[in-house]
Amino acid sequence: MSDAVEKLGMPKWGLSMTEGRLVEWLVEEGAELAVGDDVAEVETEKINGFVESPAAGILRRRIAAVGEVIPVGGLLGVIADASAQDADIDRFVEEFQATFVPEEAEAEAGPVPETIEVAAGRLRFLRQGEDGEPLVLLHGFGGDLNNWLFTAPALAEKHVVYALDLPGHGESSKDVGAGDLDFLVGAVEQFLEAQDLRRVHLAGHSMGGMVAASIALAAPERVSSLALVASTGLGEEINSDYIDGFVAAERRRDLKPVLELLFADPGLVTRQLVDDVLKYKRLDGVDEALRVIAADAYPEGRQSRVIADRLTELDVPLLVVWGREDRVISAAHAERAPDTAQVHVLDGRGHSPHMEAAGDVNRIMEEFLAGVGAPARP
Amino acid sequence: MAREITYQTAINEALAQEMERDPTVVVFGEDVAGGMEAPGEDDAWGGVLGVTKGLYHKYPGRVLDTPISESAYVGAAAGAAASGLRPVAELMFVDFMGVCLDQIFNQAAKFRYMFGGKAKTPMVIRTMWGAGIRAASQHSQALYPIFTHIPGLKVALPATPYDAKGLLIAAIRDDDPVIFFEHKVLYDTKGDVPEEPYALPFGEANIVREGGDVTVVALGRMVSFAQEAAEALAGEGIDCEIIDPRTTSPLDEDTILESVENTGRLVVVDEASPRCGMASDIAARVAQEAFADLKAAPRMVTAPHTPVPFSPVLEDAYVPTAESIAAAVRETAGSGAPAPA
Repeated sequence: MSDAVEKLGMPKWGLSMTEGRLVEWLVEEGAELAVGDDVAEVETEKINGFVESPAAGILRRRIAAVGEVIPVGGLLGVIADASAQDADIDRFVEEFQATFVPEEAEAEAGPVPETIEVAAGRLRFLRQGEDGEPLVLLHGFGGDLNNWLFTAPALAEKHVVYALDLPGHGESSKDVGAGDLDFLVGAVEQFLEAQDLRRVHLAGHSMGGMVAASIALAAPERVSSLALVASTGLGEEINSDYIDGFVAAERRRDLKPVLELLFADPGLVTRQLVDDVLKYKRLDGVDEALRVIAADAYPEGRQSRVIADRLTELDVPLLVVWGREDRVISAAHAERAPDTAQVHVLDGRGHSPHMEAAGDVNRIMEEFLAGVGAPARP
Repeated sequence: MAREITYQTAINEALAQEMERDPTVVVFGEDVAGGMEAPGEDDAWGGVLGVTKGLYHKYPGRVLDTPISESAYVGAAAGAAASGLRPVAELMFVDFMGVCLDQIFNQAAKFRYMFGGKAKTPMVIRTMWGAGIRAASQHSQALYPIFTHIPGLKVALPATPYDAKGLLIAAIRDDDPVIFFEHKVLYDTKGDVPEEPYALPFGEANIVREGGDVTVVALGRMVSFAQEAAEALAGEGIDCEIIDPRTTSPLDEDTILESVENTGRLVVVDEASPRCGMASDIAARVAQEAFADLKAAPRMVTAPHTPVPFSPVLEDAYVPTAESIAAAVRETAGSGAPAPA
């Protein structure tokens, strides 16, 4: 990388992030970095995340102090080759700090969620990206479209990305009818119909993976590819402490340990994340919706439907991503994916690798989607 | 969908949504239908400040203007609650409680207990409180400690539009009498509030800000003052944790104690007068339950023990400020046992 000096900047995770607080440096000054290495942990209003190295080189300077609040785009550190002169690095820092202007908090409003009425009720979705084959993201049990806050902006560079609130979730209608898989699948199909999305890439996390897979099995001609992140449907086992705990928790102290099961690193669960989930859980109808869905999908602590065998018949490119330390659905389920699937099990990550290892998962999904688009070899 | 609305609109929305959901919810009080300068109830101003505006026409027969007789209509609310309705009575200013206190503390608060648990009293008394609008000593008091003192009553004290809507819905659905305190200076403050109805459980404090050096417990209007103080103190290297109990009865002692366990230092901010108030109550609870964790004596920031003055200069000096809170935090941070090296 010659003498190029690279900025390690404060990333922007999600639409509302304007600044982040440096929690800790994960590497020493002078450490050698590869692209994608975790360099620092940053806390935002919503969630904690890891800042990844944008370049290969040596971490020459740690500019931000632990505890310091830095605006999005602001300087955390400097990466350069060993050959870069200290004076050049100092000049880089000096020039950057003299000219850097943080973006105004409200200056770019960015995309805002929309709602649409379908037979299954009101559905909220967030559309990002201008061009490319549409990609629809489906969250898991108790989640919402914001679970894709690290994923959607990255994938929106090459796709029109729709993140959806499933019925009973987020700001979609809380009436889930029988609350069975058919109802959820029907709602997503109605959404695709209403938005005139005839062929899409589908990605789903946990329960959303099962919904996505069911759509692909029912209408493979409408699905360009299927990405399953720590999905249900590959085996019977599921940690009922998570499902039952999530449904039952009414207070912060009950909910926090349950949400911690979503991550390998429980420190990622911030007060704001717990408060946001509680605000959702308190809405009229949510408790009932979650109970109805859970009773159908996870009766007596088991998954009621396993479709691993049927996936082998599916003629749609398939990606399976899991965190090795998943405490909700064992990563062993990844092995039950068909041989044709591309499988990635990420070490040191839990049930939500798309949040906990966003950079890795984004790269995996970008490469997978690019491969799907490539012409078949003769 | 969450959007930004005022504290006042949040309260109005909570009333409207509960009246929509439950036909037994009725609203009554002085001028809740008509109001300021109204020729009659058809004007439907909706109270002196318009908090109940729009409900009169939307729910005919369920929004009643009463005579200026708190003892009559608060007593009627207790009786209506005991016989199947869910009344929301408005006591225009909490300062008027003196004329209807027997109905509240000897009747409503006691029914469940004196009738062997067979009676319930699902009534809410909404009431305005607090200094800051030059309304003098009979329209500015912070009298929630008196109601908090009485077993059988629940007391809510929202500081934000989100809390106002969720606590009022929870109050209306509660089977016990709830005294619901609305700070008049907060009516115009704005915040994110979901459109859908939601109930915020009583007895769960809000951790407004996380911090490791000093626990600041603040109530009502004092919460935003504490936040202002914490911002200033952060620049001095003092990291405050701010806890808003949201309800004083029941009181979420656990959240306060857990915080003090971590910080070892406590400042309680209360707009009420200092004797037998929430500040002294919380400080005493912490002193008893977390004595071993305390590194310094708990401090109280309250109004002085005097009626609220009418003079604007004196009224401003009467109410605790961000500066007086910051000063108390600095004092406790700099006193007592030094932090272990």
